[in-house]
Amino acid sequence: MNIVYKFRDETNEEIEKIKSNFLLEVNHLSLTIERVGKGSDVEHLHVIRDFHLNIHQGEVVAIVGASGSGKSLLADAILGIHPKNSLIEGNIKYENQPLTEKRKKRLRGNDILLIPQMTNALDPLMKAGKQVESFIKQKNKQKIVKDIFQKVGLDPAVYHQIPSTLSGGMIRRIFIAMALASKAKLIIADEPTNGLDAEALDELLFQLKMLANDNRGIVMITHDLEAAMKIADKIAVFYAGETVEIADRKNVRKAGKFRHPYSRALWNALPQNGFVPIECSQPSPAEEIIGCSFASYCPEATKRCGTEKPELREVGNGEMVRCFYA
Amino acid sequence: MEKWLGAFMLELKNISFRYNRSKWLFKHVNLAIGQGEIVGMYGKSGSGKTTLAKIMANYLSPAEGEILIDGEKMNNEKYYPVQLIWQHPEKAINPNWKLSTIIDEAEGLNEEIFSLLGIQKEWLNRRPHELSGGELQRFCIARAFGPNTRYIVADEITSMFDALTQAQIWHAFIKLVKERNIGVLAISHHIPLLEKISDRLIDFNKLKSCPNITN
Repeated sequence: MNIVYKFRDETNEEIEKIKSNFLLEVNHLSLTIERVGKGSDVEHLHVIRDFHLNIHQGEVVAIVGASGSGKSLLADAILGIHPKNSLIEGNIKYENQPLTEKRKKRLRGNDILLIPQMTNALDPLMKAGKQVESFIKQKNKQKIVKDIFQKVGLDPAVYHQIPSTLSGGMIRRIFIAMALASKAKLIIADEPTNGLDAEALDELLFQLKMLANDNRGIVMITHDLEAAMKIADKIAVFYAGETVEIADRKNVRKAGKFRHPYSRALWNALPQNGFVPIECSQPSPAEEIIGCSFASYCPEATKRCGTEKPELREVGNGEMVRCFYA
Repeated sequence: MEKWLGAFMLELKNISFRYNRSKWLFKHVNLAIGQGEIVGMYGKSGSGKTTLAKIMANYLSPAEGEILIDGEKMNNEKYYPVQLIWQHPEKAINPNWKLSTIIDEAEGLNEEIFSLLGIQKEWLNRRPHELSGGELQRFCIARAFGPNTRYIVADEITSMFDALTQAQIWHAFIKLVKERNIGVLAISHHIPLLEKISDRLIDFNKLKSCPNITN
C-alpha cells in the first residue's frame, strides 16, 4: 500500500512540475513605438501596454482581439523582429529561461516558428516542395515531404509547383506542412484563417490541432472568436494593448459566457449569439489611459473603473481576468 | 424573368463570363434583386462570387447576357447606380488623399450619414494610414451611398473585422439601406451572418448550375 501511495505522490509531483513548466511565459510585456512628430516632438505610441500569456506543450492558445489592435506586433515582439524604433519591456521566458534578443535570434526559425499572415511570404521562384524540404535535416527528404503533403491534404504534384500557381488555401497548407516538417516546439500563427471559406477554415483548424497533438505549443493570433472557440484550449482576449482575460474554452462553453465585459460584448456581437453592437472603439495608442481601458464603454462601469487601473488577477485554473467586478 | 414587369429591380439575365480564353467561370446566371431588399449570397472561395460582383458594378463586362437596372440598360453614365464595396478598404482608396477628399468622390453626400456610421468629424482631416481598417471601411461604405445609388454590392465587407466591429457596421448599413430603399447583394462565406442580415439567401453554386432558375 505504502508503495502505491508513494508512487501516486510522485506522479502528482510530476504532473505539477509539467503544469508549472511553461513552454512560453510572457508577463507585463509592453511595446512602445517612438515616432518623431511635428518639429522636435517625439510621440510615444503604446501599442502593447500590458500583455500576459502562458502556454504549455501540446496546447493551443488563441489571442483574440480587434483588427488594428497590435496583435501582429505581439508576434514580432516575441520573435524579436519588431520595428527598430520600438522599445520592449517585460519578461518573456521560453522553457523557463529568459528569452533575450540573442536567444531569440538563435531560436526563431528553429524552435519557434511563425506562420505568417500573408500568403505571399513564400519564395516566388522556388518549388513548393523544396521550400518545405529546407526544414528537414534527415535524409530521404522528398519522401518525408510527400508524406507530410498527404497528411495536410495536398496533392503530390504540388511538390513541383511554384507558389504563384497555388491558391491561398493551398499556401496555408504549405505553411502547416513546413511546421510539421520542422522541429519547432512553439508555433505562432498570425491570422491563419483570414479569407478562407467555411470548409477550408474547418480543415485548417483541424490541421493546427494536429500540430498541437504532435506536442507543440500553438499560439493562434486571430480576430475570429468563433474559430478560436473551435480549437483553442485557452483564449486570451486582447483589448487596447492589454490582456483583459484568459479563459478556458471548456469553462466558457459550460458557463455560456466570458468574465470580462469586453469579451462578453465580443461574444454577444457574433451573428449566432444575438448580433448586438455596442458603441465602442479601441482607444488610440497615443492616449494615456487612466483606470480601466474599457471603462467608457462598459455597461457596468463605476467611478472606481475610471480612476483606478485593474490588475490582471487569477481566478483559478489558470484563468485570469482584468476587472474589479468579474 | 422573361419580361420586365414594371417592378424596380436589378436584373441579371443569362450572364456568362470567362477570363480570356479559359474555361467558363459561370454560364447563364439569372438573378433579380428588388428595391430595398437584402439578398445574401454564399459560396466557396474561388467560385467567382467576386467576379459576379464586379460585373454587377460595371467593372467588368459580361461575355454574354445583360444587366437591367429598373428595366433600363445603363451605358457608361457618369455615375453608375450600382456601387461595389470591397473587402479591403485600404486597397479601395487613394492612400495619399485626405479622407475628406475620398468622401467627396460621392458628390452630395448627406451629412447625417456620418453620425449613423459612427464617423467622427476629426477623421476627415486625417490620411488613410492614420485610421484602422474598421474606420476606413466606414468611409468606403459612406462613399457608396451617393445620391444616385440605387443598388449596392457588398463583397465580404466585414470579413477582416472582429465580431463587434462587424455588428456595428452591419447595423448602421442596414439602417441606411432600408431608409433609402436600396437593394443589396451581400456576399460572404459566413452563413450565420447572412442569415441575420438578409431577406433571402442564395447559394452561388446552385445559381451557377441551374441556368433556368428565376428566383
